[in-house]
Amino acid sequence: MSAIVAEHDEHHDHDDHGPAKGILRWIITTNHKDIGTLYLIFALAMFFVGGVMALIIRAELFQPGLSFVEPQFFNSMTTMHALVMIFGGVMPAFVGLANWMIPLMIGAPDMALPRMNNMSFWMLVAGVVLLSSTLFMEGGAPAAGWTMYPPLVLQTGKALPFAIFSVHLLGISSIMGAINIIATIFNMRAPGMTLMRMPMFVWTWVITAFLLIAVMPVFAGAVTMLLTDKFFETSFFDAAGGGDPVLYQHIFWFFGHPEVYILILPTFGIASTIIPVFSRKPLFGYSSMVYATAAIAFLSFIVWAHHMFTVGMPLAGELYFMYSTMIIAVPTAVKVFNWTATMWKGAMTFETPMLFSISFVVLFTMGGFTGLMMAIAPSDLQYHDTYFIVAHFHYVLVPSAVFMIMAAAYYWLPKWTGNMYNEKIGQLHFWLSAVSVNILFFPQHFLGLAGMPRRIPDYAVQFTDWNMISSIGGFIFGFSQLLFLYIVVDTIRGGTGEKVTNEVWEGALQYGGGMTQGLEWTLPSPPPYHTFGEAPEVVVIEYEH
Amino acid sequence: MDDVLSLKQKNAKIVKVLVLVVIGMFGFGYALVPLYDVLCDLTGINGKAKSLATEEIPYKVDMARDINIELVTSLNESTPMRFHAETKQLKVHPGEYHTVYFYGQNQTDKILEARAIPSFTPSIAAEYFHKVVCFCLNQQTFKPNESKRMAMRFAVKPDLPKELKTITLSYTFFDNTKSAIQN
Repeated sequence: MSAIVAEHDEHHDHDDHGPAKGILRWIITTNHKDIGTLYLIFALAMFFVGGVMALIIRAELFQPGLSFVEPQFFNSMTTMHALVMIFGGVMPAFVGLANWMIPLMIGAPDMALPRMNNMSFWMLVAGVVLLSSTLFMEGGAPAAGWTMYPPLVLQTGKALPFAIFSVHLLGISSIMGAINIIATIFNMRAPGMTLMRMPMFVWTWVITAFLLIAVMPVFAGAVTMLLTDKFFETSFFDAAGGGDPVLYQHIFWFFGHPEVYILILPTFGIASTIIPVFSRKPLFGYSSMVYATAAIAFLSFIVWAHHMFTVGMPLAGELYFMYSTMIIAVPTAVKVFNWTATMWKGAMTFETPMLFSISFVVLFTMGGFTGLMMAIAPSDLQYHDTYFIVAHFHYVLVPSAVFMIMAAAYYWLPKWTGNMYNEKIGQLHFWLSAVSVNILFFPQHFLGLAGMPRRIPDYAVQFTDWNMISSIGGFIFGFSQLLFLYIVVDTIRGGTGEKVTNEVWEGALQYGGGMTQGLEWTLPSPPPYHTFGEAPEVVVIEYEH
Repeated sequence: MDDVLSLKQKNAKIVKVLVLVVIGMFGFGYALVPLYDVLCDLTGINGKAKSLATEEIPYKVDMARDINIELVTSLNESTPMRFHAETKQLKVHPGEYHTVYFYGQNQTDKILEARAIPSFTPSIAAEYFHKVVCFCLNQQTFKPNESKRMAMRFAVKPDLPKELKTITLSYTFFDNTKSAIQN
């Protein structure tokens, strides 16, 4: 905290004070850095909560038969693991990074709506607490899967209204966060920071924010319909009253497909930020990256029914959703080729953030290919609701979204704290994670192709071997993450003791911002409590062609 | 200070627009409900039968084709009934009228209000299935332990696409007693 006090002599027109004292600082704060920190710490805590749930699942699946938990509780675990990881882990981590980095990257003094920023964080906490409380309710936590399909989900016990209200709170929280991010990016960029000069992380986040605003309300509507179907005698999804349960699937996936891109677009932004710095080369194809991101976001709205090929769609529908889904591979491939081309003939070094980024490019591509396999409607009938889909979406979430959140933490921790993390332990963490994540998820492809269904606590004996291997990978992966926790705590408390420069990474200033100098690297490490009270000068980088 | 004010105004403006978008999208979620029904109605893609009985139109019977009709019955969740089709399978010529019977019995000693919901596989067949009489058109009231023989009279329209050789018609009985009493 001494650094914050030392910077006190900087001149501001207003708000020229440090943080409030004690615990109150964190409760009433409207400072984007504090709120970013809160989001990130909360996300890390939820990552471990969701991780424990995953380990319960993997322990139960270590061998056939019912070993540790009741089937009902097992189903609660798969459901809650997904909800906690998506709404409590990955999304808040991205919002935390956005809070910390977007104002620094575009040269703004803070977020546009600081009070709403505070509110959206605490609403997130309220939502997750409410959701977690269902674990202790009569009838158990929701167990019908995170997709909450009726009529099954309507059999949830006392927990149903609580789960639905928690979804409402989480939705409102992320909508407020998204509005704040759009207002900040549109209104508060430093002079000279034009749209087509914004760092890719900012670009991907503004597109993500629009996705959030467009689809979270639809999801809120869908769960509200579930609520009224259950308690107020409506029949949106009740066939007896003229409704249709398949309608829920359409509405849900109209939200759900853009939602999965909400979880991946900021990941792309982080990769596009880190890879150029450690390749000492400008990002290859900046504008094609922007357009590819926008194209992926647009396509996400028109492909939803590929999640429900088995529901009994007419042939024309299956064909349409099959081809439109495959088109997404084009802008995504543009991105993968751009990252590869950025590394091509670069003066690469392999610090922990770069290691995570490279493994992201490789493993995300694998997850993308299994996605293409499932886009093929006739063969999807075989893969649907098997472990193949589990393997697919974990490849595009764990070694992609989660790895890049960790890469971002390694990349910016020295900037945030002014201390260097322990590179040796960082690399150990990377190698343990990268190897074990494949031991964990790769065998699930085989299990799925062999026909093992998802969301079951017990299975046929021929699936035993690959499940054991997967569980062993799961436990190595889970416990390896304690190294990450150690590194974060250690770095905050001083790290290696090495004082870091403003730039931290060689080349970060030049290549870390994309089209301009990376503004966050012009600031001291750690940055003062208030930054860019006066708009900074934006230095455009002229590249030779 | 001018700058500060105008930033505030700009922020207020963008928040207003975005909040309107949010409200609009919440409404859009609900608008999907009628849109879905309209779309399914126009295209007949979800196998929902038109719940209108129309009078018997004499069709030209196509003796050259045999259509296999399968009748499937099921009960939803806890509907306390016994329910099955007397004929599980029959062959018909397009254009020919047939009457089939279903057996339903109330398994409780209370009055039971139940409704049968039809569904066709393949879904496109719904358009070519002409029902004249059907127990599924109305809510059925069963007295305590009452059993009923329920009729369905139908014809398959002669313009049924050539590739369709089997039509599966499934009925599910839903227990509506609770909501019927409350209304």
